[in-house]
Amino acid sequence: MSASSREAILNRVRAALTPLPRRAAYPEFGDNVATMPAFDREADRWTAFSERQKLVNGMPMVGATALATWLRENGHLRGYCDPTLWAELAPAFGPEFSVSTDYDRAQVDEYAFGITRAAGAIAETGSIILNDSTTSRRLGALTPWVHAAVLRRENIYSDVAAAIAALGKDTNIIFCTGPSKTADVEGILIEGVHGPGVQIALLID
Amino acid sequence: MKYQQIDQFAAGLAREKRAAVYDGSKAGYDSRYKALFTHYTAPDELRHLAGEIKQHAIENLDTYLPQVEAKLQENGAKVHWAADAREACEAVLKIMRDRGATKMVKAKTMVSEEIELAHFLEKEGVECLETDLGEFIVQIDHDHPSHIVKPIIHKNRREIATSFEKNGLGEYNDDPGTITRRARQYLRHKYLAADVALTGANFLSAESGRMVLVTNEGNSRFCLAATKVHIALIGIEKIVARDRDLAVLLNLLGRSGTGQQLTSYTEFITGPKSAAQPDGPEEMHVIFVDNGRTDVLESDCREILRCIRCGACLNVCPVYRQASGHAYRAVYPGPVGAVLSPLLAGKKFPEMADLPKASTLCGACNEVCPVNIPIPDLLLRLRDKGKQAGSAAASAATPPMGGYAILATQPAAWKAALSMGGIINAVPTPLLPQAAKTWVETRGLPPWRGGQFRKWMKQRKKS
Repeated sequence: MSASSREAILNRVRAALTPLPRRAAYPEFGDNVATMPAFDREADRWTAFSERQKLVNGMPMVGATALATWLRENGHLRGYCDPTLWAELAPAFGPEFSVSTDYDRAQVDEYAFGITRAAGAIAETGSIILNDSTTSRRLGALTPWVHAAVLRRENIYSDVAAAIAALGKDTNIIFCTGPSKTADVEGILIEGVHGPGVQIALLID
Repeated sequence: MKYQQIDQFAAGLAREKRAAVYDGSKAGYDSRYKALFTHYTAPDELRHLAGEIKQHAIENLDTYLPQVEAKLQENGAKVHWAADAREACEAVLKIMRDRGATKMVKAKTMVSEEIELAHFLEKEGVECLETDLGEFIVQIDHDHPSHIVKPIIHKNRREIATSFEKNGLGEYNDDPGTITRRARQYLRHKYLAADVALTGANFLSAESGRMVLVTNEGNSRFCLAATKVHIALIGIEKIVARDRDLAVLLNLLGRSGTGQQLTSYTEFITGPKSAAQPDGPEEMHVIFVDNGRTDVLESDCREILRCIRCGACLNVCPVYRQASGHAYRAVYPGPVGAVLSPLLAGKKFPEMADLPKASTLCGACNEVCPVNIPIPDLLLRLRDKGKQAGSAAASAATPPMGGYAILATQPAAWKAALSMGGIINAVPTPLLPQAAKTWVETRGLPPWRGGQFRKWMKQRKKS
């Protein structure tokens, strides 16, 4: 089926396009044509990112202690953490926490938080960037109610165009702009549909 | 026929539904306007550019399709081709059967609606579960989506709460937060138990073979984190030439569709998961779907293939707002649907030829379109096509123009008609010609002023 359908479709495409007297040319445009003109691309990236992330109901945070304190205050004591991050973060977490460095699908309802590495972030939109080579588990960053993405200052891109230009070779890259959300029911915004209801960007220098 | 089918549908629409559709689409229009016009100084130039980007891609599909196929294969994806709906459905089924798979979770894709995939798979014994909240509600209600971006714009929370209760998803509760929480809890176990994830694609770059998938809920991400096989159904018009085009298109898609800078989850996929990543598909299949698109490409309405499915033209359309999406009797409603549905209908074109008439040609759909599709022009071309094809639907509710033609081509008859036309104001409604009778059902006739201009001209010449 597929081989002949391929030829049939391509032949029809050619037959449709051949009679055109000329084809639409690829337009010329600057890389930042869709970057917001008022957005200051030279501003301090973390400051700009934090402001924009708050606008999409994300939570910028600095340092492991701030994260542990917030989790404790909100009763999120059980979670998953990227094994390569835990050594660095563990000292900030007290004995009241139960943190697993091995994500178990059968325990999906038990993880209140997930901590994984961000591959980067975008200041213009307040998005965090995850990819397959830096995210220890796709599920660990997605299923818990709270996701904290650990970010290094040098990995913040100024704008969407720059982040797309730097996509590179990773097979799966995702821009997460605020928490998971829906407005399907009467247009009312509800956060935390299938993914995190709280999206934290945790800056660690 | 006294009314067009869309008018008939609109007249029978419950007041509550009309209000839901009107409010939902108006809110969508307002948030789009706010996002575009506060973020950009010249948003109009951007959408013209985006239109050129897409027009270039569709007019060079003969180059880009083989190019993107090679890239996808290089990236480790398997490529399939489906000429029509049946081939597309069978390709999906074959991939599943080859793996012994029986459970599918699917993200929202318009092309899957178009080929009626869920219906086909269920008959073949495959569980096929919608994961987008709106689509999930449509599925448990055995309903159809009525908007491209907001599938349940026509439903209110009470109807949803009732169907949740009926389907064993807890006691009646119409709080939107509770409804969402219950769907979250129910669906996450379904994702984890599924074998196959099916998604569409918003864009596919010929340069890299990178496909882009956007959702707000994170459901497509969950599909691609929990399952081992990914099937992407992609209409052949989704291709763009280069990765850099994505920055322009994504910035416009989020703002035009939902008033967001970027949709919450924007995923870029070039192939199966990397070896070091424990979660995600080991196998990726791309099915290129034609299903009438090459007919559109051949027609003089090929600009409609630029469409990026943002729903902005639905939100702004005075006809859509009053009639709702179901009035359009097809998968694609609103102005885009009025163009696309008849074109994709193939042999059934004459049956759908009334849709291009469901427009006042006010042009708002063109003004909000992020890829600048000249929808009113395309509607006119399709009206002509419908007439040429002798479609009865294309002439439905059109008043007979023969009498007018006689008057308008004979100056003496015209003059006489103008001076005597005032009689119409004295004619009781039942005796009016049909066209005028339909008109006065919802409004009055304006007082007759025919001949005034001629009189004024005469006076002016004298003095």
